[in-house]
Amino acid sequence: MLAVIVAAFLAVPMVASPYLYTEILIPFLILSLAAIGLNILVGYCGQVSLGTGGFMAVGAYAAYNLWLRVPELNNLIVVFLFGGLMAAAVGILFGIPSLRIKGFYLAVATLASQFFLDWLFARVKWLTNYTPSGSVAVGKLEVFGWHVDTPADRYLLILGIVVVGTLVAKNLVRGHIGRSWMAVRDMDIAAEIIGFRPLRTKLTAFAVSSFFIGVAGAMWAFLRLGAWEPLAFDINRSFQILFMVIIGGLGSLVGSFMGAAFIVLMPILLNQLPGWFGIRMSTALLSHLEFMVFGAMIVFFLIVEPHGLARLWAVAKEKLRLWPFPH
Amino acid sequence: MLGPFLETLIGGLLTGVLYSLVALGFVLIFKASGVFNFAQGAMVLFAALTIARLSGEIDGKEVHLANFVVAAAILGVAVAFIGWYAWREYIARGAGPGERRKMQVLAAVGALVGGIAAYSYGKGAWPLWLAIAATAAIMGLLAYAIERLVLRHLVNQEGIILFMATLGIANFLDGFGQTLWGSDIYKINLGLPKDPLFLFEGVFPGGLLVDPGELVAAAIAAGLVVVLAIFFQKTRVGRALRAVADDHAAAQSVGIPLNTIWLIVWTVSGLVALAAGLIWGAKLGVQFSISLIALKALPVLILGGFTSVPGAIVGGLIIGAGEKLSEVFLAPILVKQFDLAGGGIENWFAYMLALVFLLFRPQGLFGERIIERV
Amino acid sequence: MVARVRSFPDVLLSVENISLSFGGVKALTDISFDIAKGEIRAIIGPNGAGKSSMLNCINGFYHPQQGAITYKGVRRSQMKPHEAAEQGIARTFQNIALFRGMSTLDNIMTGRNLRMKTGLFWQALHIGPAQREEIENRKVVERIIDFLEIQHIRKAPVGQLPYGLQKRVELGRALAAEPELLLLDEPMAGMNIEEKQDMCRFILDVNDEFGTTICLIEHDMGVVMDISDRVVVLDYGKKIGDGVPDEVRSNEAVVAAYLGVSH
Ligand SMILES: Nc1ncnc2c1ncn2[C@@H]1O[C@H](COP(=O)(O)OP(=O)(O)OP(=O)(O)O)[C@@H](O)[C@H]1O
Ligand SMILES: [Mg+2]
Repeated sequence: MLAVIVAAFLAVPMVASPYLYTEILIPFLILSLAAIGLNILVGYCGQVSLGTGGFMAVGAYAAYNLWLRVPELNNLIVVFLFGGLMAAAVGILFGIPSLRIKGFYLAVATLASQFFLDWLFARVKWLTNYTPSGSVAVGKLEVFGWHVDTPADRYLLILGIVVVGTLVAKNLVRGHIGRSWMAVRDMDIAAEIIGFRPLRTKLTAFAVSSFFIGVAGAMWAFLRLGAWEPLAFDINRSFQILFMVIIGGLGSLVGSFMGAAFIVLMPILLNQLPGWFGIRMSTALLSHLEFMVFGAMIVFFLIVEPHGLARLWAVAKEKLRLWPFPH
Repeated sequence: MLGPFLETLIGGLLTGVLYSLVALGFVLIFKASGVFNFAQGAMVLFAALTIARLSGEIDGKEVHLANFVVAAAILGVAVAFIGWYAWREYIARGAGPGERRKMQVLAAVGALVGGIAAYSYGKGAWPLWLAIAATAAIMGLLAYAIERLVLRHLVNQEGIILFMATLGIANFLDGFGQTLWGSDIYKINLGLPKDPLFLFEGVFPGGLLVDPGELVAAAIAAGLVVVLAIFFQKTRVGRALRAVADDHAAAQSVGIPLNTIWLIVWTVSGLVALAAGLIWGAKLGVQFSISLIALKALPVLILGGFTSVPGAIVGGLIIGAGEKLSEVFLAPILVKQFDLAGGGIENWFAYMLALVFLLFRPQGLFGERIIERV
Repeated sequence: MVARVRSFPDVLLSVENISLSFGGVKALTDISFDIAKGEIRAIIGPNGAGKSSMLNCINGFYHPQQGAITYKGVRRSQMKPHEAAEQGIARTFQNIALFRGMSTLDNIMTGRNLRMKTGLFWQALHIGPAQREEIENRKVVERIIDFLEIQHIRKAPVGQLPYGLQKRVELGRALAAEPELLLLDEPMAGMNIEEKQDMCRFILDVNDEFGTTICLIEHDMGVVMDISDRVVVLDYGKKIGDGVPDEVRSNEAVVAAYLGVSH
C-alpha cells in the first residue's frame, strides 16, 4: 500500500505525459474520491442515492463563490474544504427524508435533490456571478503560495488530497461511527433497538458522504475543467459515480478506486479500439456504440461478480497465494 | 383567472395520463419481480424509434439498408420465436408430436416475414399499423432476451444489483436504438387532429383552448390504462401476476413458472412502453429526450406507491397537473421574487411535491401502513 | 435437577394493564406482571400468544394502546427503543437480527455503542481519545468473546456462521451493553441438546456472575422449568398463569392451553 503511494508521488511524475495526467490520472483520482464518498452512503450505510452530481455541483459552486468573492482566501485547500462543508450541509438537508423513506423510495427521493440543484445553479444568477447560462471559469490557483499550474502540479495536489481523504474514510469506517453505519445498513430496526439513533446515524453518513463528494466536485471543477457549467454535474454524473461504486464493490474503499479506474478507462479504450483495427467511424456512431458496449459490460460484470471488482481481486489473490494447490 | 387555470389544469391532466402509462410499466415489473426497472424510459425510446423509422416519412434522412436488414432480421426472429413459443405451449397442452418440423416451418415463416419486411423497405415506408405490429413483436423478443440473458442470472440478488443491471440495459438500449436508427428527430404520424378546440364557450369568455391531438392521445392512454387494470383484476394470468407479487410460493401453485411470469410482465411493459412511445412521439417527435420521460414518471411512483396500479393512475394525474400548474402560476412569481434566469421549476417541482407528501404518508397514496416486526 | 427457589425483594420492572392491538388483532389484553431484580423470569405460551409483542413493548419497539410500564421506579406509557437501550435494557431476537455484513467482533462491538462517544473529528484521525476508547471497549468485548467461547470465529462474517453460533453472537452483542435487564426471545429455538445446554449455562452464568436480570421466552418446557425463577403464561394475548415453575406446572388453565401442543 505504502509502496503504491510512494510510487504515485515519486515515480509517476517522472514518466507521465500531460495527456496521461489530464485524461486519465486526474479524472481517475478525483472520481475515486467521489466514489468513496458515495460508497460511504450506499455501501456502508445502505442508503441509495442518485443525487451525487447535485452534491458535486454544490461543492463546485460553493468553492467558486468563495474563490471569487473572498480573494484573501485564495488557497485551494481552504476553498475545497468550504466546498465540502457546504455540500455536507446540503446533504444533511436532503438526508432528512431518509428517516421515513427507505430503499428505492429514498433513491427516487434523492433525485429530487439532483433536479433541484441542477435548476438552482442554472437559474439563480448570483450563484454563477450573473454569467449567461451559468458557465463559470477560474484562474490563478494556489495553495499556500504554491501556484498550481501544470498538469503535474494539479496531479500532485489531487493525489495529496485523495490520499488524506482515503485515510480519513478508512479511519471512519473502522471506528464506532463506521459500525453504526453498517448496523443501520444491515438491519435498521435491530440497530435502533440496541441504541443507535437512526436519524443521527443516517445524517452523519449523508454529511460525511456529501463532504467527500463536495470536495471531489470542487476539485473536478477547479483542477479538471477550469471552466464549467451546471451540466457537468447532471444526473449522468450521478449514475457514473454509482456505477463506480457498484462495479468496484459496495462497502469497499479499494473497490471505489477499482471502479473509478474501470469507468474512466473503459470509454477511452472503446474510443481507441476501432482505430487500432483500422476502422473509421463517425463520432456519433462511436458514442452510440460506446453506450451499447458500456451497458453490456455493466450487465456482464453484475452477473459475473455482483460484489464487484474488489471481491474479484480478493478471490484472485487468495487463489494466487495457494497456487498450485486448489485450497 | 378561472379560464387559464382550467386550461392549464386540463393540459396537465392530459400529460399526466402519459405519466401514468409510463409509471404503469414500472409498477408491472416491480410488482411481479421486485425489479426497479430503470430501463423503462429506454424501452419507450427504443419502441418509438423503431416505429418512427419503420413507418417513417424518410425526409431526406435515409436509413442505411444494412440497418434495415438488421431490423428485418430481428423481426423475423421475433415472429419465428413467438410462433415457436405459442407452439410449445400448444404441445404442452397435449397436442401431438412433430415439434421440430413445425419449428422449421415457423422459422421459415419468420425469415420470410423478415425478408418481405426488408424488401418492402426498398419501396418506401411501411403503413403505420404494420410498423406498430412489427415493433410489438420486437418488444416481445426484447423481453425474452432480457429475461434470458440478464434476469435469469441475477435471481436472488439484492434489489440494488438488479436496479444497476437495468441501468446497464437502459444504456445498451439507448445505444442500440440510435446505432440502428440514427439519432435525429423523427416524426410519427398518427393522423391526430391539429386545429385547436374551444370548449365551454358559453361559460368562459373565449372558451377553453384544448389541443384535440392531446385529447385523443390521452384517451388512447386512458383506454390502455383501463385495459391493463382489467387484465390485472380479471384474467387468470393477471391474477397469477398479482399472486407472484405477494408470494412467490403461491404463484407456483397457480401453475405458472416464475420465468414465464417474468417474461410476461416484461413483454407487457414493453407493450406499454410502445404505447407511450407512440403517443409521446406523435406529440413531440421522436428524439433522445424521450428516454428522460421515465424520470418524469418516477415521482408518480413514490406518490402512488411502487406496487399500486390505481396509485400509478391517480399519481400520474396529480403529478401532471401539479407540474403544469406550478410552472404556469408559481414559476413567474419565483422568477420575479428571486430574480431568476427563467423558470423551469417543473423539473423538480413534481419531485418535491411527492417528497413532501411522502414525509407525511410514507406508505404512499394507496399503500397500507406497515408495522415492522422483529 | 431440583427447581431452584430463590427470593428477590426488589421489583425492577412492572407491567400494568398493557393492551396492544394491530388493527383488529388483539396481541395483548390487559397484561400485568413484574420482574424482580436479579431473577430469571420466563414468558411462555403457545404460538401467537403475544410473547414477542410483550418484549417489544418492554423495550419500546411497540407502543401499547393502554397501560404503563414502570422501570427502575419510573413510570411511563411509552418510550423509544434507543431510550430503553440507554436505560440498560438489552435483548436478542426470535429471528436472528445480527448485522450480517459484519464480523463477529464488529457485531459485538456494536453492543458497546452507547459507551463510545468520540466525535467525527477524532474518529477521522483515529488517534488520541478515539483510539483509547476503541482499545478499552475492545477489552470488554474480548472478555465476552472468551466467556462465550467464540474466539475461533472472531473475524468471521456472521452471515456465514451456523445458526447456533449466530444465536451465541447475538447474546454476546446484548451482553456487551452490560445491561441491567436482558430480554431473550427464544434463545434456544432450533438448537440441538448440546447447544441448548451451553446456552443454559451461559444464561445462568450471566445471571450469577453479573447479577443481570433476565426475562426469556422459551418453548422448551424442560429448560424453562429448570432455569427460571418465575414464569408468566400467556395465551391468546391474555395472562393465564404466573408463579414459580411448580405452581405453573400444576395450573389447570396452563395445562389446557398446552394440551395438544407438542413441546
Ligand atoms: N407488527 C405486527 N403487525 C401485525 N400483527 C402483529 C405484529 N406483531 C405481532 N402481530 C400479531 O400479534 C399476535 C402475537 O404475536 P407475537 O409475535 O407476539 O406472538 P408470539 O407469542 O411471540 O408467538 P411465537 O411463539 O410464534 O413467536 C400474532 O397474532 C401476530 O400476528
Ligand atoms: Mg415470538
